[in-house]
Amino acid sequence: MSDEYENKTGYQAQSSETISSGGRGGGSGTVPDADHVRPAEIPEQDLYHGHSFITKWVFCQDAKVIGVQYFLLATFTGIIGLILSWLMRLQLGFPEAAGFMTAEHYYQFVTMHGMIMVVYFLTALFLGGFGNYLIPLMVGSRDMVFPYLNMVSFWSFFVAVVVLLASFFVPGGPTGAGWTLYPPQAILEGTPGSGMGILLMCISLILFVAGFTMGGLNYMITVLQARTRGMTLMRMPLTVWGIFTATILAMLAFPALLVGGLMMTLDNVLGTSFFMPTILKAGEVLEYGGGSPILFQHLFWFFGHPEVYIVALPAFGIVSDLISVHARKNIFGYRMMVWAIVGIGGLSFFVWAHHMYVSGMNPWFGFFFATTTLIIAIPTAMKVYNWILTLWRGNIRLNVVMLWCLGFIVTFVNGGITGLFLGNVTVDVPLSDTYFVIAHFHMVMGIAPLMVIMGAVYHWFPLVAGRFLDEKLGKWHFWLTFLGAYSIYFPMHYLGFIGVPRRYFEMYDSPYVTSAVGMNEFISVAAFIVGAAQLILIYNIIRTLKIGKPAGHNPWQANSLEWLTPSVPPEHGNWGEKLPVVHRWPYDFSVPGAKEDFITQTTPPSEVTETEVEKT
Amino acid sequence: MSDPKIEGYEFKPGFKGMAQDTGSDQTMFKGVHWGKAMMWIFLLSHTFIFSCFLISYMKGRGSTLIDWPNTSEVFSLHVGSTPVPLLLIAIMTFVLITSSGTMALAVKYGYEKNRKMCGWLILATAIGGLTFVGMQAFEWSKLIHEGVRPWENPFGAKQFGSFFFMITGFHGTHVSIGVIFLFIYAYKTFKGHYDEGKRGWFTTMKGNYVEIEILGLYWHFVDLVWVFIFAFFYLW
Repeated sequence: MSDEYENKTGYQAQSSETISSGGRGGGSGTVPDADHVRPAEIPEQDLYHGHSFITKWVFCQDAKVIGVQYFLLATFTGIIGLILSWLMRLQLGFPEAAGFMTAEHYYQFVTMHGMIMVVYFLTALFLGGFGNYLIPLMVGSRDMVFPYLNMVSFWSFFVAVVVLLASFFVPGGPTGAGWTLYPPQAILEGTPGSGMGILLMCISLILFVAGFTMGGLNYMITVLQARTRGMTLMRMPLTVWGIFTATILAMLAFPALLVGGLMMTLDNVLGTSFFMPTILKAGEVLEYGGGSPILFQHLFWFFGHPEVYIVALPAFGIVSDLISVHARKNIFGYRMMVWAIVGIGGLSFFVWAHHMYVSGMNPWFGFFFATTTLIIAIPTAMKVYNWILTLWRGNIRLNVVMLWCLGFIVTFVNGGITGLFLGNVTVDVPLSDTYFVIAHFHMVMGIAPLMVIMGAVYHWFPLVAGRFLDEKLGKWHFWLTFLGAYSIYFPMHYLGFIGVPRRYFEMYDSPYVTSAVGMNEFISVAAFIVGAAQLILIYNIIRTLKIGKPAGHNPWQANSLEWLTPSVPPEHGNWGEKLPVVHRWPYDFSVPGAKEDFITQTTPPSEVTETEVEKT
Repeated sequence: MSDPKIEGYEFKPGFKGMAQDTGSDQTMFKGVHWGKAMMWIFLLSHTFIFSCFLISYMKGRGSTLIDWPNTSEVFSLHVGSTPVPLLLIAIMTFVLITSSGTMALAVKYGYEKNRKMCGWLILATAIGGLTFVGMQAFEWSKLIHEGVRPWENPFGAKQFGSFFFMITGFHGTHVSIGVIFLFIYAYKTFKGHYDEGKRGWFTTMKGNYVEIEILGLYWHFVDLVWVFIFAFFYLW
């Protein structure tokens, strides 16, 4: 490169890629300056390389191993959540077969199922699992910026899970207050697990938040301050954008949960009255008095609503990448997608009280929060349209990954539309606390993100393990899960409309009997089948590890950096001798004039002068 | 503060410069140490924690039906036989703010590689923090002696005791954690770990005087939070 060029500041040199798009005019030849990328400004990261089994696989500081650890532990708790949902469905569909279950058991299972799935499964899996594995690889760094802190983050999560599961074995069992843990009933006698159960739940959540904060700081600083040469924010894969924005949300939303959990612990243990109003019990006034139960609801939902997007945004990001790779087309409206993610993240802090329309708060609040809630539909709809436009006239590979993506779009739209019902106060009031709500949130933040997780597992397994998962088994897995999930949740909308309330242990002598009973049995059978269908994936993974087809380098012909490591699976330090240098965004698929239908992020402009690449 | 020197990168002033930094590769905050950026974000998260506490306190105080105790009486100290309101708390606040000053000086001497001076100033900060925690313990024991408990309060609404002990306790815990780290850092400074770039335990991070600035950020934050707690509990 010439000295003169050097003087023109590195920043301009980066955007010198315009020169390559000058190739549009008939190939003006190679311009070496076009390949120039500003020199590295961050010093090479020193890494702690483990030598023993314990430092390599247990107390490991490699983000990839930590990611897998998070993934496995989150999946383990997820399976417990799944078994709990089976027990609930057994009670609802076939109460005579569930004689061993009392009402107390049922409430405990409902509570633990909800909390496990939302926090310990989905949040930990997306941010801890995919975040740890993918962020350093996708932004081209050697590891997370604070590997030691990252290790402590996982082990805090581990302890949080142990404490959570320990509550099954204490006197009184786990808490049965519902996953929202509303006081005063959460800590009053008569609610199952009102002593030790709720205490362990609060402690576990506080540990989770502490652990997550350590991880979250890592994800944020790695994205902001440790990208490789040429990797601008607007060249990051949407996966990273989704996880990054979700992490910001988590850093700002979890404090409310921490404070609420701490105050409830004090109400429970010390007998303070933060959330406890004056209560009469069997004619006697309890010691409590003067507190506000609504305050807890505000704190909880100030955490709880962003939490929905903490789960959804990484899913949005990941599915964008999967669709783009498997439709062999650039993502439609990349910048719009980024701003939609950021916009949804920002808006999610102003909608929390739409969970509280029937709590007795001031009705004007409902008006405000209904408006903000419906505004979120705009960026969300933009994303859905962009996914569909990415597919439009794409060179679609209808493999298992793509099936999960399509399943996600359909499910997400479905769950989003029922959100319009529940976002409006007047429609929400009659539907509150019915099965309609259950159908809505399971569709939109349960099944939809889960579909993305499944797609992501089939997509990135060749990277993590170096072998392809079996397609045929994958298709069985997809269709059983997809059709089964619809069999479970579609009828629930109807149950909600006829007024069947959620969280009821049984409703045999109620007037819903005639149409609800048969449907409940059907839903339960579907739930058993869908749960069992997940065994196909586990079998597939075990089988693949032994006899799967080797994947080799970049098996999906993708562009993003994680596929361009010198070894598959990537080793500690990720990149061998030299860090990659990025020249473009990760979505240059099917570029006219290119030899192959993909141009990797590390391909310098001088190698693709004859093509019509976009300037990114 | 002058911009750091970065090869091949030219800083621009004002909003344009911010946009250019944001749009550039590698780092968004040019020349900012990873740990320092992390501490800023950690403190942002902590701002939300303390905001939640203080907003809950305002809500609790605003909605209770029993009168809130008269704070200038409850928190007064007797000098001889005349009650002096806010006496103890004024001293506590003064000590804590002063410790912020010594911390800032420690950061300055650290960057000047003045090991001795830096170490002594960190030690002074730690002693200031310890004094603060000690006086807080004294205030707690005085209130407990007078019958105030987290679950009851002879002077009025029981939420007074709950919020007071919880929020000052949470803040005091943060001060105590800060004091522990200040002692560790003073030891490391005197030992010269930051001069040599000694690596930490089980990690490859090298010692660097920037760590003192990072701890300083935490310490200033804890002081700032105290100013809010002071205003909300003692002056309201």
